[in-house]
Amino acid sequence: MADVPRLEFRHIGKTFPGVRALGDVGFEVRAGSVHGLLGENGAGKSTMMKILGGEYIPDEGEVAIDGRTMHFRSAADAIDAGVAVIHQELQYVPELSVMENLLLGRLPTRFGLVDRRRALAWTRERLDALGVDLDPRAKLKKLSIGQRQMVEIVKAILRDAKILALDEPTSSLSHRETDVLFRLVRDLRAQGKAMIYISHRMDEIFELCDAATIFRDGRKVADFDTLEGVTRDTLVQRMVGREISDIFGYRPRTQGDVRLSVEGVTGRALPVPTSFDVRAGEIVGFFGLVGAGRSEIMRVVYGADRRVSGEVRVDGHPVRPSRIRDAIRHGLVLCPEDRKEEGIIGVRSVSENINISARRNHLTAGLFVNDRVEARTADSFIERLRIRTPHRRQEIRLLSGGNQQKAVLSRWLAEKDLRVLIVDEPTRGIDVGAKNEIYNVLYELAERGVAVVMISSELPEVLGVSDRVITMCHGRITGQFDRASANEQNVLAAALPEGAGTTLPRNA
Amino acid sequence: MTESNAAAIAATRETPRDRRRALLWQLVDDYSLIGIFIVLFAVLSMTVRYFFSWDNVVGLALSVSQIGMVACTMMFCLASRDFDLSVGSTVAFAGVFCAIVSNATGSVVIGIAAAIVAGALVGFVNGVVIAKLKINALITTLATMEIVRGLAFIASHGQAVGVSSEAFFTLGSSQFLGLPVPVWVTLACFVVFGVLLNKTIYGRNTLAIGGNPDAARLAGVAVDRVRIAIFLIQGLIAALAGVILASRMTSGQPNAGEGFELNVISACVLGGVSLMGGRATISGVLVGVLIMGTVQNAMSLMNIDAFYQYLVRGAILLIAVLVDQLKNRRQSR
Repeated sequence: MADVPRLEFRHIGKTFPGVRALGDVGFEVRAGSVHGLLGENGAGKSTMMKILGGEYIPDEGEVAIDGRTMHFRSAADAIDAGVAVIHQELQYVPELSVMENLLLGRLPTRFGLVDRRRALAWTRERLDALGVDLDPRAKLKKLSIGQRQMVEIVKAILRDAKILALDEPTSSLSHRETDVLFRLVRDLRAQGKAMIYISHRMDEIFELCDAATIFRDGRKVADFDTLEGVTRDTLVQRMVGREISDIFGYRPRTQGDVRLSVEGVTGRALPVPTSFDVRAGEIVGFFGLVGAGRSEIMRVVYGADRRVSGEVRVDGHPVRPSRIRDAIRHGLVLCPEDRKEEGIIGVRSVSENINISARRNHLTAGLFVNDRVEARTADSFIERLRIRTPHRRQEIRLLSGGNQQKAVLSRWLAEKDLRVLIVDEPTRGIDVGAKNEIYNVLYELAERGVAVVMISSELPEVLGVSDRVITMCHGRITGQFDRASANEQNVLAAALPEGAGTTLPRNA
Repeated sequence: MTESNAAAIAATRETPRDRRRALLWQLVDDYSLIGIFIVLFAVLSMTVRYFFSWDNVVGLALSVSQIGMVACTMMFCLASRDFDLSVGSTVAFAGVFCAIVSNATGSVVIGIAAAIVAGALVGFVNGVVIAKLKINALITTLATMEIVRGLAFIASHGQAVGVSSEAFFTLGSSQFLGLPVPVWVTLACFVVFGVLLNKTIYGRNTLAIGGNPDAARLAGVAVDRVRIAIFLIQGLIAALAGVILASRMTSGQPNAGEGFELNVISACVLGGVSLMGGRATISGVLVGVLIMGTVQNAMSLMNIDAFYQYLVRGAILLIAVLVDQLKNRRQSR
């Protein structure tokens, strides 16, 4: 039967400055089906959803609905065409009630005033019909994240969307809420809606989806018309199965004694005690999904977030909890994940950004900043790390991401006695050439005896650079692999939420 | 302030002609404010009678001496992306308190010391509430502005408090090397705070905090401690300004310094201090203060009605901010 798919992506391409986000990607979604979309972080799933939702305009290719080519210029165009994309970051008015959020822009009026009674009756009726248990008068800010998500989905249904895309909808849902969501998705499928379902949870994909498409590095690598007979391992393999090219240039090196020792550390967002060691000269990669607790534990180790309990030692010396400056004094430093928000001081110069911490070690008369030494320090790092800047006085916000990252690294390399370096997503949003240079800096440090911890969401990077890989999931360490035994399958399997049967690991 | 911008411009453009043009823009950026002041001063000297005389210029300096002192510390406050509305009230309270304590103890020195300690205390409270309790600086200092003003009225029963000791007046009215003592104090403030801003970790960290407080914290800056210090020093200098003002007026007046905080902030903004934090120069603030004082002085000499002077001051501030905005826009292109 030559039926037209409800939704079709045709040869979609999208490029951002320096990044090819999507290249020649196409797939179809049929009416009355749930289509799973899989891929690692940064594979291009969310970009695709933003194109579907009219937020991005593709550079190449087109979106077709019922065989008709669409040209979405804005989110409003997509909504008018019957598309509802529900992102991880929800869009609602927290101060308004469920009813008002659902009816926003079309509240029934009487004599020019809102007819609350009619609105309330209407909302109740709809919620009951959908089997959603929500108080229409409750303000959104009083609801759980899951309930807010439910409001968002109901809003899409009430708009009569015929295409619904859900981006990681269960990441913050409780078990019960997930059940309600699944029932809703199945009802919608029965009503003939076309749905796209993005999730990292393999068992959800198997439970809900009729078909699936796998993205990798902005390209489609596999299409499954049916998931019958397909195994979890097959999907994982297709998600990650790529060769590690030699941009990593790994060099073996000798390791010394334990430099960083973390014992039973807990934080406010990390109730489970975490312990691990890193040796001098060792690079340990921390892998896990976004939100697995990797950044959180490192921030607690560094003292950026409060340490509730546990011990952190550098070369056997205990580091005081929640005191960044004590960590720095012990030679324990961190390059944060969000370079722009937490790494660089944008309006200050490259030199200022490099010297901000180490300058305390070369004051004249114990009081005055030594401009000559600072200029020399800045210039030497600009040369050594090949930071591309016209001048050390350039405001750092005007540099590219890779060069900003090198300057932040220089800040810590300038420390006289660097012992432990923690880097969080050091190469995110950085081009390949700069990536390689940053890896080389990490190798050089390790060769000098620094213990390096690298958090990364890029599996090839973790495998390519690390001497040892530690995986985390839901705030706890779930696996450890030395370089010889680590491979994409076992590392990813350890980092993904385990789905034995239907018992999903969910936050209550 | 802007030498880095010139580097940016010079780097992105290649031909010598472009480079010359970039250099020209740098000169405009760096010296535009000083240029405006010189032109303003020259024009006023030629057109306004009595303007260009030693006595008038000294009077002008004296009239902005309190604003100048506090502008130095306000610069730190704004540079760290904070705000302080309480300085005007602190000026009044310090004057009243100094007069009361001097009269009670018979010692002007104890009175001055007490007033300065009280001012530092007000600043310390501001700093702790803002840095530790994370209350918005605008709200916090609005509250302390009201409270401290109230304390000034309560302490003085709403009356000016005269000082019996002659020694008290010498502070405000005596001369040293041809300049009044308050002007010397203000000049000293500019030197000290200029050095603090540019040559010490305290100053550099202030700018870093203003540029990005989270990044500064992760880079090991003691953010809370620096912010508390900024407010404490601000309170201390405001109290010193209050004591000098009281000495010049020969009494502590509870309604002194009304609108003072806004004049100080205006002078800073006029001097190119960014309200977004991270950018400030001491020379800019000095010129900002001088422009404010000069315009004020000239308007008085020209017998312009005081009511209209408000309009002129407001207009100058708007223009200054607009010019700053235009400069920023050009840089980020």
